[in-house]
Amino acid sequence: MRGVNAALGAAGLAAFLALGEAVPRLGLVEETYFPPTSRIAEALADETGDSAFWTALGDTLTGWALGLAIASCAGIVVGVLISVVPYLRAATASTIEFLRPIPSVALIPLAVLLYGTELRSVLLLVVYASFWQVLIQVLYGVQDVDPVADETARSYGLGTWARIRHVLWPTALPYVMTGVRLAAAVALILAITSELVIGAPGLGKRIGVAQTSQAVPEMYALIVVTGLLGLLINVGARTVERRALAWHQSVRGEVAV
Amino acid sequence: MRGLLLRLVFAVALPALLVTVWWVASAGSTDVYWPPLRTILAAFPDVWTAQRLRSDVLPSVLRLAGGYALAAALGVALGTVIGSYPRVRAVCEPVLEFLRAVPPPVLVPVIMLFAGIGDTMKVMVIAAGCVWPVLLNTVEGVRAVDPVMAETARSYGITGVARLRNLVLRSASPQIFAGLRQALSIGIILMVISEMFAASNGLGFTIVQFQRGFAIPDMWTGILVLGLLGFLLSVVFRSVERRALGWYHGLRASARRSP
Repeated sequence: MRGVNAALGAAGLAAFLALGEAVPRLGLVEETYFPPTSRIAEALADETGDSAFWTALGDTLTGWALGLAIASCAGIVVGVLISVVPYLRAATASTIEFLRPIPSVALIPLAVLLYGTELRSVLLLVVYASFWQVLIQVLYGVQDVDPVADETARSYGLGTWARIRHVLWPTALPYVMTGVRLAAAVALILAITSELVIGAPGLGKRIGVAQTSQAVPEMYALIVVTGLLGLLINVGARTVERRALAWHQSVRGEVAV
Repeated sequence: MRGLLLRLVFAVALPALLVTVWWVASAGSTDVYWPPLRTILAAFPDVWTAQRLRSDVLPSVLRLAGGYALAAALGVALGTVIGSYPRVRAVCEPVLEFLRAVPPPVLVPVIMLFAGIGDTMKVMVIAAGCVWPVLLNTVEGVRAVDPVMAETARSYGITGVARLRNLVLRSASPQIFAGLRQALSIGIILMVISEMFAASNGLGFTIVQFQRGFAIPDMWTGILVLGLLGFLLSVVFRSVERRALGWYHGLRASARRSP
């Protein structure tokens, strides 16, 4: 069954690529707007031979990874702190609900003024956007702690730190992983967006330059690269999640009783 | 009564504290980029007049609504079809995964090629970015329809539109709403970005104009308006969701009470 599905998927992908080749060749859309697949592939091959492309890819990945790391650490620390300290949760709920939906792109003008086209501009946007993803999941996760387990730990005289380590953390970890996975995707979107709009060095800026200089196939090739990057990040995050949660029921599957 | 009061205090205390800190810390600020909060708030009514609300905020919101509605309709319709037929799903899945992985803002330059820089482009950009979370979540939701319920529906001879409405879409609706929520934040991002690229009105356009003109307090008020808009939309979304999924939350709560 799995093999059949993979074959069908490959067929779908091939059909998609063939359609991309045929539609402009048949003149259904103008070739200058939508180059055939082979032209895009050619441009992609040219890009990979260009060292500037690899520098841009590196810049994008740096912004993504740094931003994600900062946001994840901050989200986890703040989330655990809010949940563990009494009353803090109730006191911060309204503020979190208010700040979270603020679109991070609202900060673009501020980032431009403060840091220009530096990496720090990108980081400001990436961290703001992905921080909430992690924080919210940590808060949900901590809420999910089994009260019996917590009471048991208390009655055995475990201190706050030990309870965080042995009761709270294992319960919250699946949620944390989901949060980090969502944040990884959001961080990529924001990294490329800020490069595109602000002009910080990276793939986004290259897309912007290709667009203004009418290099349409190159633009599509770069967009394909960002899609592949997103795909890799998704797959990677899922793999890490599965490894880190190998012990957890959701991954292990239900054991027959 | 006391409980309510306490909740109110908890809800208001931290925001009040933060605003006070901002107010006090920025009061004597001579830094051009961080104007005193007093100045920002004083600029607010001058900048966001009824006329400006009509000429900039309204078009933005209408574009967002148009693109979002288009994405929702398309996503649910396609998602239902793809989710209902395992073979179709197997064929489409890799392509969909790839399309979803493309960061939506890079669609702006592509769609600009086809649709120019008018309203059509902005609505299309918003729809093209929002459709993926809705589509993929609908596929997942439709796929996960309880087989017992599906069998029951079959044995009662429920087919066609009735089956779609009462069984498939209903049991997929929690997933569909999860997708719609993701799509909403993507939609706001795309609304702002598409206006930052090329526009003659709209929130994103206005804020960038202020920033380029070094009208810093005005720019700050724009950021505040965007924040308020994001907050308002999420409140509206939540109330719609609560109404539409009331049965589901009730079901979950009662399941939790009696394990």
